[in-house]
Amino acid sequence: MSTLPIPPSRLAARWRDSDLWWSFTRSPITVAAGLITVTFVLGALLAPLIAPQNPFDPRSLRLIDALTPPIWKSEGRMPFLLGSDNQGRDVLSGILYGCRISLLVGLAAVLFSMTLGVLAGLLAGFRGGWIDSLVMRMADIQLTVPAILIALTLDGIARAALPRGLHDQLAMWVLILAIGFANWPQFARVTRATTLAEKNKDYVAAARIIGIPAIGIALRHILPNAIGPVLVIATIGLALAVIAEASLSYLGVGMPPTQPSLGTLIRIGNSFLFSGEWWIVLFPSLALVALSLAVNLLGDWLRDALNPKLR
Amino acid sequence: MLTFVVSRLFQAAVVMLTVAFICFLLFNFVGDPVSNMVGQEATPQERAELRAELGLDDPVPVQFAHFVGNALQGNFGKSYRMARPVRDLIIERMPATLELVFCAALLALALGVPLGVLTALARESLFSRAVLTFSLAGVAMPTFVIGILLIYVFSVELHFLPSFGRGDTVKLGWWSSGLLTASGLQAIILPAVTLSLFQMTLVLRLVRSEMLEVLRTDYIKFARARGLTDRAVHFRHALKNTLLPVITVIGLQIGGLIAFSIITETVFQWPGMGALFISAVGFADIPIMSAYLVMVSFFFVAINLLVDMLYAVIDPRLRVERGGLSGNAA
Repeated sequence: MSTLPIPPSRLAARWRDSDLWWSFTRSPITVAAGLITVTFVLGALLAPLIAPQNPFDPRSLRLIDALTPPIWKSEGRMPFLLGSDNQGRDVLSGILYGCRISLLVGLAAVLFSMTLGVLAGLLAGFRGGWIDSLVMRMADIQLTVPAILIALTLDGIARAALPRGLHDQLAMWVLILAIGFANWPQFARVTRATTLAEKNKDYVAAARIIGIPAIGIALRHILPNAIGPVLVIATIGLALAVIAEASLSYLGVGMPPTQPSLGTLIRIGNSFLFSGEWWIVLFPSLALVALSLAVNLLGDWLRDALNPKLR
Repeated sequence: MLTFVVSRLFQAAVVMLTVAFICFLLFNFVGDPVSNMVGQEATPQERAELRAELGLDDPVPVQFAHFVGNALQGNFGKSYRMARPVRDLIIERMPATLELVFCAALLALALGVPLGVLTALARESLFSRAVLTFSLAGVAMPTFVIGILLIYVFSVELHFLPSFGRGDTVKLGWWSSGLLTASGLQAIILPAVTLSLFQMTLVLRLVRSEMLEVLRTDYIKFARARGLTDRAVHFRHALKNTLLPVITVIGLQIGGLIAFSIITETVFQWPGMGALFISAVGFADIPIMSAYLVMVSFFFVAINLLVDMLYAVIDPRLRVERGGLSGNAA
């Protein structure tokens, strides 16, 4: 089965005629969620170009700008649309750069857990026997404990194992691995279920007869059938991973203040809540909620759209 | 039934041993326990003595058996940072967390179940739509953001409720309770609401979807045809049959509550086990981390076990059918 390159115009037409696109355009809430998600992704990608200030460049910070309220307040002034924090960092710029890190960690963590879970699920479903029991029992055991606790523990282990200075440099990788590892069982379960349903079908037997090796059958023939449910879990998993990262950073064991994600910004801003500078904590919080809500809604839509029972 | 119970007990034991093994590995192989316990100025001889005393020269299986034996007696060694027995630290902090979790679970049930029933019975009403929209926010909002918003509204702006701590506590033996004083009760409101919101929306949605499913069944139609009142149909026949999955989820969620109390305790500076754990993670204080993990896993496993047993008691079908290893059916 070799795939011929499909011309882009045909691809676009196919996408426009698909059920997926149809169900997307029919629900205004989903369209809104899609727009919000795209805005966040664009804002994160283009942060260096569109942010009024580079909040990590100490030369751009002036203490005289510190604690400026948002622009619509009487003391607010340009360019601090959403106000500034105690070091004169622009809150909006902080959010844009923070989204970069939040989304990067979230996406990488989901990719990691997806790869791990899908491979484990394929292996378990395709091989069966004791491998299946072992992998699925491991998944069961891990599912007994909430993911956030596993991520926290892995983070703690990394802290104990790595020298202090090195840990801050590697904080992002530690988070990606910890959050990613905490969420593999869901992917494994779904992939295994599809594999079990598919592996006894005639096309698999045919592929076996013409001599395709097991790994080829698993990856090129069975895996494509599991893409739908895996994609649904990945979307909702992205929202969960972004929240998990924010939670760890809020708890002070995630991204360091030198490379703040949305969670770190909220942690920093939290101490200003009582002195009346509410904008430092409120706007990053709202950004986080909007992002997670939008991605969640997209996940819900995808789940319904790909579920043949609901058509 | 007996095979079911035995297989579940076996599974629970395997989970606990796995967790214990992970904690054991943590304790012995992450960093050097000896240099974590003695100061910089300890002589090599003192180190060797401590090594022998801790049993670090024994073969690994012997060490593990030793570790499990100690853990069963609640002995997890001394905290690296606070130089106090971990057991005392945990026991000191446990009542705060358990009271918080108890109040949150109570809130989640007391609000989640009735709201779920109401939204299922009056599907199209404005009230139902409002509740469902609100519940979506509950799913998407991270716990700590909810906490921060509540603090901002009720403590900073309105000055109604305290934003941190437990208020006054009363000693009942070793248990310190905040539920018996006015300031304690005031202090627990915001943290309990914060912690319960996510679980409440979960219960609400589950009860609603189960109710909708049950209301479509034939025996409900038949009950209506028999001329029973709406109340009898809805509560005696419909609600009762939705409770099975609800019990499972709630059981599992109590475990989740204990884990998420880590975040809530940090937001509200609540002096519980979660706050202890998070500071241990920050300082890589392995004895506290492993003790907390073993404790919490024990809660999870015990609750899971209890729920499974309860399931068998409530659902008569299970007593006959599920003889073999459960969860093995492909």
